[in-house]
Amino acid sequence: MPPVIPPVPGHDDEFFWAGVRDGRLLVQRCADCHELRHPPLPMCPHCRSLEWEAAELSGRGTIHSWVVSHHPSEPDAEPRVVVVVAMEEGVRLVSNLQGRAEDAAIDLPVEVVFEDFGDVVLPQFRVVAG
Amino acid sequence: MNAAIVGIGQTEFSKDSGRSELQLAAEAASAAIDDAGLTPADIDGMVTFTLDTNDELALMRALGVPEVRWMSRTPHGGALASATVQHAAAAVASGAADAVLVYRAFNERSGRRFGQPDAARRGPAWNWYLPYGLDTPAKIYALWFQRYMHTYGVTNEDLGRYVVLARKHAATNPNAWFYGRPITLEEHQRSRWIVEPIIRKLDCCQESDGGVAFVVTTRERARDLKQPPVGVVAASQSHLWGGDVMFNYYHPEVADFPEATALATQLWRTSGLTPGDVQVAMLYENFTPVVFQQLEAFGFCGRGEAKAFIAEGNIEVGGTIPVNTHGGLLGEGYIHGVNNVLEGVRQLRGTAANQVPDVDHVLVAAGRSAAILGRV
Ligand SMILES: [Zn+2]
Repeated sequence: MPPVIPPVPGHDDEFFWAGVRDGRLLVQRCADCHELRHPPLPMCPHCRSLEWEAAELSGRGTIHSWVVSHHPSEPDAEPRVVVVVAMEEGVRLVSNLQGRAEDAAIDLPVEVVFEDFGDVVLPQFRVVAG
Repeated sequence: MNAAIVGIGQTEFSKDSGRSELQLAAEAASAAIDDAGLTPADIDGMVTFTLDTNDELALMRALGVPEVRWMSRTPHGGALASATVQHAAAAVASGAADAVLVYRAFNERSGRRFGQPDAARRGPAWNWYLPYGLDTPAKIYALWFQRYMHTYGVTNEDLGRYVVLARKHAATNPNAWFYGRPITLEEHQRSRWIVEPIIRKLDCCQESDGGVAFVVTTRERARDLKQPPVGVVAASQSHLWGGDVMFNYYHPEVADFPEATALATQLWRTSGLTPGDVQVAMLYENFTPVVFQQLEAFGFCGRGEAKAFIAEGNIEVGGTIPVNTHGGLLGEGYIHGVNNVLEGVRQLRGTAANQVPDVDHVLVAAGRSAAILGRV
């Protein structure tokens, strides 16, 4: 298991990490104009509303970009595939692809899974079977 | 703009300067003031990066600058390297200062290395990147570049052709860390992956110790000074909603560099110039792909055409638009992109190591900031 630098949740994003611990992938939805947004912001950039609710994503998306991350100072650590995932609801988020680097490809369909790294649970993605 | 660069100065670029960052700043600043034919008493404005550790008052004390009435700093590191020109030019053009000293000095190799993982460097935004292993600039940028390279069929070997060229320019620049050390494409392709499959070791800028400085004053005052003045023809920054310092993951098109495109539009409009009016381009490259992105954004070639444009020799000295004639940040050294401003000035003065003939205008671009310098 790779060493993970845990997030330090604050006012604007603690809902996201609480959701992850419950196995739910949450993003903000403006309570007034209903636009989704990620990464979290205290204000809706479309209508400047401060009211929002947590919307659960389906967890399905496609790989929009990817790289293989080797840890430069801990060369024995397992390399990780870092991905930008375009979620089917329209937001993008950075995460990891489980499995081998050879499996990564642009536009590949993926789905979320939640992995416990000891200190922290992170959303991760895996290739959709078939 | 009513502004001109009248003095430039620098230290050597090394991997271990053996002296304090304040000494590097003071040496570079002192050289720039001398080069202009000014004295420390003439300096009444100072500009540097928010990331620079040298306090303005400390540098004033070291240089013996008696009184300053303008200080400002540029955020976002190297992306705003050329915004230092804009800050200084705005200060003198408005009358807020008469002579502005711009400086950037650090021990970026022997001291704090920006290229290393850094969990301490974090605001709330880092929660979206650090836990997933995106802990170095190389990784963060590579995850953006992948989409560009995928979209336009650019391979790491294509990147290597730029690196060979930058090292060729550096090899004949005595200022450069890689002076006398050109490389082949095969050597580039044998260097180890830093972020697979995008960036190899030789695609990364140098980590350097050193200091650079320049002095900006009005064009009227410039006429009476020691050096042929170099005018600030235009200077701007570009920041777009949804953008970030080091990447583009959230703009509609991740393969693009929309800030650089918007910046180019502003600069060509405000200067009245076109890409064909520029004889040398200094293009910031912390990593190779940014050169490709900027060549296209500034209109030196079409979208997706940079790999062919470079392979055809257009950006070599002797080509249609020589780029990074000092060897770039990959070849000369990484003084956060401000050394590119100095090379632009040398090309306009006619004193560059790899001098391009008949230079009237130089573009000095750093992705989200740029200046066009010109013969006055
Ligand atoms: Zn709204």
